Amino acid sequence: MGFSGWRVLKEGLTGNKGWQPHWRDATPKSEYDVVIIGGGGHGLSTAYYLAKNHGITNVAVLEKGYLGGGNVGRNTTIVRANYFLPGNSEFYSHSLKLWENLEQDLNYNVMLSQRGQIMLFHSDGQRDAMARRGNAIRNQGDDAEILSVGALKRMLPYLDYEQTRFPIYGGLMQRRAGTARHDAVAWGYARGASERGVDLIQNCEVTGIDREGGRVTGVQTTRGAIRAKKVAIIVAGRSSQVAAMAGMRLPIESHVLQAFVTEGLKPVIDHVVSFGMGHFYISQSDKGGLVFGGDLDMYASYAQRGNLPIVEHVMEAGMTLMPMIGKAKLLRSWGGIMDMSPDGSPIIDKTDTEGLFLNCGWCYGGFKAVPGSGYSTAHLIATETHHAPAARYRLDRFRTGRGLMDEEGTGSQHNLH
Amino acid sequence: MRITCPLCGARDRREFYYSGAAVALDRPAPEAGAEVWDDYLHNRDNPAGVTRDMWYHELGCGSWVVVTRNTVSHEVIGTALARDEKGRGA
Repeated sequence: MGFSGWRVLKEGLTGNKGWQPHWRDATPKSEYDVVIIGGGGHGLSTAYYLAKNHGITNVAVLEKGYLGGGNVGRNTTIVRANYFLPGNSEFYSHSLKLWENLEQDLNYNVMLSQRGQIMLFHSDGQRDAMARRGNAIRNQGDDAEILSVGALKRMLPYLDYEQTRFPIYGGLMQRRAGTARHDAVAWGYARGASERGVDLIQNCEVTGIDREGGRVTGVQTTRGAIRAKKVAIIVAGRSSQVAAMAGMRLPIESHVLQAFVTEGLKPVIDHVVSFGMGHFYISQSDKGGLVFGGDLDMYASYAQRGNLPIVEHVMEAGMTLMPMIGKAKLLRSWGGIMDMSPDGSPIIDKTDTEGLFLNCGWCYGGFKAVPGSGYSTAHLIATETHHAPAARYRLDRFRTGRGLMDEEGTGSQHNLH
Repeated sequence: MRITCPLCGARDRREFYYSGAAVALDRPAPEAGAEVWDDYLHNRDNPAGVTRDMWYHELGCGSWVVVTRNTVSHEVIGTALARDEKGRGA
């Protein structure tokens, strides 16, 4: 079933009775070539690219809840490729290119809106650092430009430029960055994978990983045992629990990150604005809600809800940056569980168990990575070789100290990212 | 979340700096080897449930506090001074 403008018109005139479910709600078979644990954005995109790029369609995605019910449905929908370090830079560059063709590829409206993202800076030193970052982004082949405070005032007239602890000196803008409709990304990948024969199995919790002679042989689930030649763990905040089933102890600490949305307003914020000094970033959804967030609550948590000190802190940061939002009413807040790695960068790698693959450590930046992560993880599963843009996301970098990617420059240590 | 400092009593979470799992109570010997140090620095049990972690009473008495709490419910189960807990591990 394809989507098109004509189809929308036809269905609208005939009572919208012709729409079908977008994917098959499958029941598990006894054996698959590949079992993917985790039906979130990364798991679904991995399944899609396994089928599309590598012709591997005897695949099951096992989800303990419902598809897309985790972080892919709980984030603030920002898409960008403005990383500095080699390793991250080429990965997010590749992912953004996939985003730009995603709707055509999936025949699904993920509502990608390249409205531009602006990272503010507040001192001469920060301007230098942003210029250096901008040059690195351009060297990677992506776009970045420094905006003077004058240019910024014309573009973002609502910011408080002077009367704050951190006067605004300018911003680094990436025009190709923006937002996408997060749920639609999960649904689009689910539909694309399902159409190619992948079984999407909900309410199916993995309770054990079977191994024989150093090789993975399948998984135990709440819906019975499933044999598999290859298994991929793609479970974000729950990575430590699932990896422990295969005897692994991961360099991951799970933290809660909160996000917020206001009631719907007329268009007022046209871009994604990041205020790093205040731990605050914001955009406006197509429904009109101001979607914003801040820093982690900063303690290990699986609660999917945070505490009030961060709520207060984020509101304070928002008020100091753009006092006008004080008139908006907050509608909802929620939390997601972030799989935090010591250096703040992710892991896409094989494990010591043959046939067992690991995708985790996305910290608070997993959404923009969904296409690239699935593409590279599928490549790794299918070919047993690392895909070039993700080749540096090795698990052993913490043990060896080689290839750490500490994008924030705060140190490769838990609790610093 | 309120945390009971063994010296100061129940205090707001904002008075404390969080440093992570209480593995710090079991710091390996300097010559313990790369594998032991890698495990100590990076790998974590990261439990969904009861955990023990280290909080520093930064805006209070300055003690390091070992907090036993639940990572799913945010319930604080108990606290103790780190100096009394040393060697018990995470």
